[in-house]
Amino acid sequence: MSFFRSFTFASLLMAGTGLLFPAASFAGDHHGSRGDDDDRVPPVTDPLTRQECGACHMPFPAALMPAASWQAVMGDLSNHFGEDASLPPAKVTAITDYLTRNAGRGSLSTGAPLTRISEQGWWVREHRNEVSPRQWEQVGSKANCKACHKGAEQGDFER
Amino acid sequence: MRSLLIVGGLAAALVTGTAAWAAGPRDDILAALAAQAKAEQPAFTGFDAARGKTFFQSAHSGGKPDTPSCTTCHGMDPRQPGQTRAGKSIEPMAVSQQPTRFTDQEKIDKWFERNCSSVLGRACTAVEKGDFITYLSQQ
Ligand code: HEC
Ligand code: HEC
Ligand code: HEC
Repeated sequence: MSFFRSFTFASLLMAGTGLLFPAASFAGDHHGSRGDDDDRVPPVTDPLTRQECGACHMPFPAALMPAASWQAVMGDLSNHFGEDASLPPAKVTAITDYLTRNAGRGSLSTGAPLTRISEQGWWVREHRNEVSPRQWEQVGSKANCKACHKGAEQGDFER
Repeated sequence: MRSLLIVGGLAAALVTGTAAWAAGPRDDILAALAAQAKAEQPAFTGFDAARGKTFFQSAHSGGKPDTPSCTTCHGMDPRQPGQTRAGKSIEPMAVSQQPTRFTDQEKIDKWFERNCSSVLGRACTAVEKGDFITYLSQQ
């Protein structure tokens, strides 16, 4: 059942033409009558990705960005959002493979891929009116998902 | 009484043995760094904790703008936890707080490579690495 739900989530990520648009799945009833894990995002299961991409922040679920975005992130690890996060080529290949195989569907039709989850259209919409500037300041970083979503590492982004 | 003493002595020997084993990898790593340091700088006479402390606490230039110092993430007091720029907690660097520090060659190499590049914009020298580990081993 939970696999089925994960699968449902993944297919929602595919919705929308060309754009990653999981917000549709969160729009109305996520605090309503459906079960707790309706909106669960499959967490990272690959041990190498968990370890290497979980050292400085939680390992972000592959389904939250399209493959082109993961490729862009993995292609420039020595300039990783202001840090050097480089890895040996064999590990880069293995992690890229895992992330792209489990990525959300959809790609941007124009321009370079967005390399942040927090830049994806659905993410921006989902957070726009929900978090005050003071709260952002307190958590320090948009990438600090766990500060607000306690179950984030288990794939639970409800609060 | 006598056998008790013997047992006690044996236990002490075992404990010492274990401690020596636990310190082993770090000593080996420092010994290898010392050999490298000697090759890099013929005048090298040994690692220095005070120099390591200065290196750890200083603001450097040449690296990426958001990470001027090792303390940006590891904090000024190595016995306290640090924090990454994405808000994740980092275990203390002081060996007294975290005895497994600097015992895994692959881990050490990976993080020196990244962090020296982020903070200094270049690789750390063997002297810098050895001073750093020596300082934190005494903290
Ligand atoms: C050396 C530390 C470090 C490692 C290792 C690391 N990251 Fe990051 N990552 C960061 C930092 C710092 C940020 C930016 C945080 C911020 O903007 O506040 C970031 C941000 C990200 C973001 C964007 C988050 C957002 O804003 O939506 C993604 C995606 C990401 N990392 C993926 C990865 C992947 C994949 C790996 C494994 C290959 C990885 N990271 C390993 C430090 C790291
Ligand atoms: C400052 C707090 C905060 C941070 C940090 C944060 N979020 Fe959120 N997030 C919220 C709030 C508030 C909502 C809207 C309330 C809700 O729908 O649960 C939300 C909603 C969501 C939703 C929709 C959940 C649902 O069930 O409707 C997802 C998915 C999500 N966030 C993912 C992330 C990810 C991924 C990150 C890190 C890259 C992140 N969030 C960082 C506060 C935060
Ligand atoms: C951008 C954040 C950041 C900065 C700046 C930083 N580090 Fe780190 N460092 C980390 C993280 C994250 C780890 C891995 C987590 C852990 O080991 O607990 C780490 C681990 C290490 C390790 C491995 C420790 C071990 O257990 O073997 C060494 C060595 C190290 N750092 C050296 C340095 C040096 C030297 C500097 C300054 C030149 C520095 N770091 C600056 C984030 C940082």
